[in-house]
Amino acid sequence: MALIELRGIGKSYGKRDVLRGVNLAVEEGEFVSIVGASASGKTTLMKIASGLVTPDEGEVLIAGAAVTGFPRNTAFVFQNYSLLPWLSAVENVRLAVESAFPEWPKAKQTEQAVKYLEMVGLGAATAKRPSQLSGGMRQRVAIARAFAVEPRILLLDEPFGALDALTRLTLQQELAKLCQAQEPRATALMITNSVDEAILLSDRIVALGRGPGASLSAAVPVSLARPRASDLMMHDEEAIWVRGQVSEFLASSGDGGAAKRAAARAVANAVAVEA
Amino acid sequence: MLLGLLWAAVSGTVAKDLPSPAKTWSESKLYIMAPWEKRGEMDQGILRMASYSLYRVAKGFLLAILIGTPLGFLLGSSPVLFKMFDPAIQVLRPISPLAWLPLGLILFRQSEPAALFTIALCSMWPTVINTMHGVRSIPQDYLNVAKVLRLSGWKKFTKVLAPATLPYMFTGFRLSLGLAWLVIVAAEMLTGTPGVGGFLWQEYNSLIYSHILLCILTIGMVGFTLDRLMGMAEARLKAA
Repeated sequence: MALIELRGIGKSYGKRDVLRGVNLAVEEGEFVSIVGASASGKTTLMKIASGLVTPDEGEVLIAGAAVTGFPRNTAFVFQNYSLLPWLSAVENVRLAVESAFPEWPKAKQTEQAVKYLEMVGLGAATAKRPSQLSGGMRQRVAIARAFAVEPRILLLDEPFGALDALTRLTLQQELAKLCQAQEPRATALMITNSVDEAILLSDRIVALGRGPGASLSAAVPVSLARPRASDLMMHDEEAIWVRGQVSEFLASSGDGGAAKRAAARAVANAVAVEA
Repeated sequence: MLLGLLWAAVSGTVAKDLPSPAKTWSESKLYIMAPWEKRGEMDQGILRMASYSLYRVAKGFLLAILIGTPLGFLLGSSPVLFKMFDPAIQVLRPISPLAWLPLGLILFRQSEPAALFTIALCSMWPTVINTMHGVRSIPQDYLNVAKVLRLSGWKKFTKVLAPATLPYMFTGFRLSLGLAWLVIVAAEMLTGTPGVGGFLWQEYNSLIYSHILLCILTIGMVGFTLDRLMGMAEARLKAA
C-alpha cells in the first residue's frame, strides 16, 4: 500500500480550475518529485497533500487513512524558509523538536537541534537570528528543522526556489546526502520547477501540466545510482532521456508559449549533447 | 522660546487676567524649588503632585492593558467575535472621560476607583484596536509554521502569535498611556483628589491663575516624557 496517495484531486479558486483529476501514489521510502512551471498549481497541490488546504474533489490518504489537518511524523520545507524571526537558528529547530518529542528532556531536545544544525554546516551559527543569516543559510536551518524531527514523510515545496543557482546546487547535494543518511529513509514528495533538480534527487518524477485544470503525467522512473553528481545531466544518457520525457510533457500540455519554448530548448540541448 | 514671547505679549495686552511668565515664575517658585514638600493636602510641591497623578495613571493604565490586550487578541483571532463587538467598541470609544466619571462615581461610590475606572475605560481602546490589528496581520507564513510543526495552542500563542503581535501591541500601549495621562486631569478635577489635575482645579477656584499655568506646563512635560520613554522602549523592542 502506498504511504501517500492522492485520489482524483480537484481544486478551483472561484471560476478558475487549478487542478483536475490528480492521482499520485508514493511508496514508503520513495522520493517523488512533481515538476511544473510556475502558476501551474504546484503549491496548491502541495498544500492539499499536506492537509493545509482541503480539495474540492477527491481525497488524500496517508497510510490508508484520510488526511484531516497536517499529518503526524511529517516535516514541511517551505520555499520562503518560514523561520520565526524572533527565534535564533537553534531555537527555531528546537521548537520543532520540542513539538515532535515532547517527552524528551530539554537538554536532549537542544542536543538534537544542535546536531542537525551541525549536519547542515551551521554549527557555528546556532545563536544567530534568521535576519543575520544569508538566504542559503536560512534554508539550511529550515532543512535542519525538517530533519531534526526524524520525519516519516518529508514534504518539500520548491525548497530551493528562492536561492541563487550556485547555492542551489550545493544545497541540493546536501539534501540528497541527508536523505541517504536517514535511517529508515523518509518518504519524500518534492515540488520543483527544475527538471535537473528532480533528476538529482528523485526515484520517480511526474510532471504537472499547465493549468487551468492541470493534471499529472505518467511517472518517469530515475534509476541512476546515488550519489548523483550535479553535472550528471550533461553526460548521462538516462538523465538526458528523463529530461526529454518530462520536458516533452510540460511543453505539450496547455498553451504556455514560454514554457513550451523553454522546454523545447531543453530538449534540443539534450539532443545536442547526446550527438 | 517663541511660545514664551507670545505668552508674555498676550498676557501684557489682550488677556489681562493671564499672569505673565515672570509672575508665573515668582508665584510658582515655591512649588518648583521644593518639588517634594508637603505643606497641606492640596498644597504640595509640583513633583509630589505629579507623582500622585502618575501613580493613579499607572494603576489605570495597567488595568487598561490587562483588559485591553486579551480583548484585542480575542477579537483579532475570531472574526465572529469581531463582528459582534466591533459596533460596541466604535460606540464606546468616542465617549469622553467627563461622561464616564459620573457613572464610575455611581457604580463605586468613591472617587479613587471611579477615577481608575474612567482612565481604564478611556485609555484601553488603542491597545484593543492595535492588538487586534496586529493579530490579524500576522503573516500566513508564520501561521503555517505553527500548523506544520503541530504546535499546541499555548506554544502557538507564546512562540508565534504573541511575538508577531508585540510591536503592534506596544504601539497600542504607547497611545493608551498618552490617553490615560489626558484623562487623569479630567478625573482629578471632578473628584477633587490630590494630583496635578486636582491642584489645577483648586487653584482655579482660589483664583491663583499662575498655578494653573504651572500645572499645564507640568502636565505637558510629564506627558512628553512618558511618550519619549515608551518610544524608547518601543524602538528597543523593534531592534531586538
